[in-house]
Amino acid sequence: MDLSAINPVLLIASLMVAATPLLLAAIGELVVEKSGVLNLGVEGMMIVGAIAGFATAVESGSPLLGFIAAAIAGAALSILFAILTQFAQANQVASGLSLTLFGLGLSALMGQSYVGIKPPQMGDIHIPVLSDLPVVGPILFGHDIILYFGIALTAAVWWVLKYSRIGLVLRAVGENHDAAHALGYKVIKIRLLAIMFGGACAGLGGAYISLIRVPQWTEGMTAGIGWIALALVVFASWKPWRALLGAYLFGGVTVVQLNLQAAGVAIPVEYLAMSPYLITILVLVILSADKSSAPASLGRNFHASR
Amino acid sequence: MIRLEKRPQPSRAWSMATPLVAVLATMLFGGLLFAALGKPPVEAIRTIFWEPLFGEFSFYYRPQLLVKGAPLVLIAIGLSLGFRAGIWNIGAEGQYIMGAICGAGAGLAFYPAESFFIFPLMVVAGALGGWAWAMIPAVLKTRFGTNEILVSLMLVYVAEQFLASVSLGLLKNPEGFGFPGSRNLQSWDSAHNAELITGSGMHWGVVAALIAVIFAYVLLNRHMTGYHIRLTGEAPRAAKFAGVNPTRLVLFCLGTSGALAGLAGLFEVSGPSGQITIDFNVGYGFTAIIVAFLGRLHPVGILLAGGLMALTYIGGDIAQSNLQLPAAAIQVFQGMLLFFLLAFDLLTNFRIAVGKPVQA
Repeated sequence: MDLSAINPVLLIASLMVAATPLLLAAIGELVVEKSGVLNLGVEGMMIVGAIAGFATAVESGSPLLGFIAAAIAGAALSILFAILTQFAQANQVASGLSLTLFGLGLSALMGQSYVGIKPPQMGDIHIPVLSDLPVVGPILFGHDIILYFGIALTAAVWWVLKYSRIGLVLRAVGENHDAAHALGYKVIKIRLLAIMFGGACAGLGGAYISLIRVPQWTEGMTAGIGWIALALVVFASWKPWRALLGAYLFGGVTVVQLNLQAAGVAIPVEYLAMSPYLITILVLVILSADKSSAPASLGRNFHASR
Repeated sequence: MIRLEKRPQPSRAWSMATPLVAVLATMLFGGLLFAALGKPPVEAIRTIFWEPLFGEFSFYYRPQLLVKGAPLVLIAIGLSLGFRAGIWNIGAEGQYIMGAICGAGAGLAFYPAESFFIFPLMVVAGALGGWAWAMIPAVLKTRFGTNEILVSLMLVYVAEQFLASVSLGLLKNPEGFGFPGSRNLQSWDSAHNAELITGSGMHWGVVAALIAVIFAYVLLNRHMTGYHIRLTGEAPRAAKFAGVNPTRLVLFCLGTSGALAGLAGLFEVSGPSGQITIDFNVGYGFTAIIVAFLGRLHPVGILLAGGLMALTYIGGDIAQSNLQLPAAAIQVFQGMLLFFLLAFDLLTNFRIAVGKPVQA
């Protein structure tokens, strides 16, 4: 066992990379849940985004195009969920589960000819002087553009939800859809847009795993990250900045666990690999006492009877 | 103008018809999918649904129907109890794995003794293993209000890691030349869940599945607990006034579904699969969710749906070897089925009306 081989600077830098897919998916789901919809299909949308992004990046040679395709694929899949829950009035839990089951199958089908291929590299940005600073450089200024996009998105979602009119309407729909409807807001349309935003974010998160974090394609490679993102929204009590904090916490657990595996700690590999899931459960238990901040209409379908 | 009108009562006719309509729609769109993959669509659909039942080699495939259907029905019956009451156990895959590990472990502790009591002991241990694994989300939900969906699902990943750990360590076959995996239970008479009638595919798991169907039917229609389950699902407020104890209901629903999933795992590992290996589980715990919904959460419906789903597994295998249809295509096919089912369910609760609403 050699713990001194673990470099704290690299650890923090890779923690940020590990946290980004979680953050992207969680921010998307946060907006969806703020509008009063519970989409349990995050895992399915992520994995479809992962393969759509991977395939596009490999075929076109451009990782950026890959990310765009992933967002489109995630949003497209989420439209299926929206049709089921918003138009066909289906149970949201069952619909979300079906989206995940369908997405896992679809991604395996799409990804058959992409196993074992290396995707084109997305270069890290390099700012002269800043990126070369010791410690601060690799942590703050040496990442890829999508990682910064995730943080910017968190800030944007926070601002929109808190200060803008769109955010106010979205929250009104999530808190009391009947009242929002009575005020003349188009509940279904607003929820549809929120669901699509969530799908696009989950798709981006998935592509981040297959294009940057791993980077290659294997079946079922999201390995529950979509579900952890769902837990993260509860952890964050529906607040964007806390989602960022939570994502970094979980990213940290994953990275430390992987580093301990590599360092050959006496704990068996399987038990280390369990730790992110166990910690998710633990965090859920600690935080589930406080349900006050959950949107009041969460998980309830809306049907305008008049 | 076309709009939806809520029915005063859910339509019974549509409730029965939607699974059939969903299967037909899935065949249609599945056919299109297969065509898009460059496979003959009609041939593929025929291979999946006809070949196992009436094809040339049906004498071999028909028993397989029981082998694959039994775990699906067993798990789905348990899940349906909770789903009816709005208690979502979606971690049956983990309970299935833990049941198999506990059951096989309890049996292997006595290796190589031959005794009549070993197999019943394994069955009990399997059920207890699944039950205990499901009790984790149940207790966390009743004690702390933790979301059972997320906890039960997280525990699937934990169980998978645990499975990898025991098949490489604790339960590894000492005479296995270093290969991962336990001793083969099929070659140890006391622990083998053998076919009851040779060549029929009928093993103890099938018997257990049939008993579970009857048990669930009686429970839901003739027993107070079943009435409470239905009441909680259909009218939570009324259930509260009627004095239904939600804590007991959560513990009962999650515990029962866990125990049944554990049983399914034990019967699988001591019979068709034979040994604990890293990947002996094939996702029955997740497919059973589709089975439960396709069967309308009704015991008899689940029995039929389990048979149909087993058919797609077997037919999918045949299509894979005969038509080189990728295995993932069958997974998409099964996912599609749940989609269409949920979509067509609209017609159970709503009526499509044309024209302007009539003013009351």
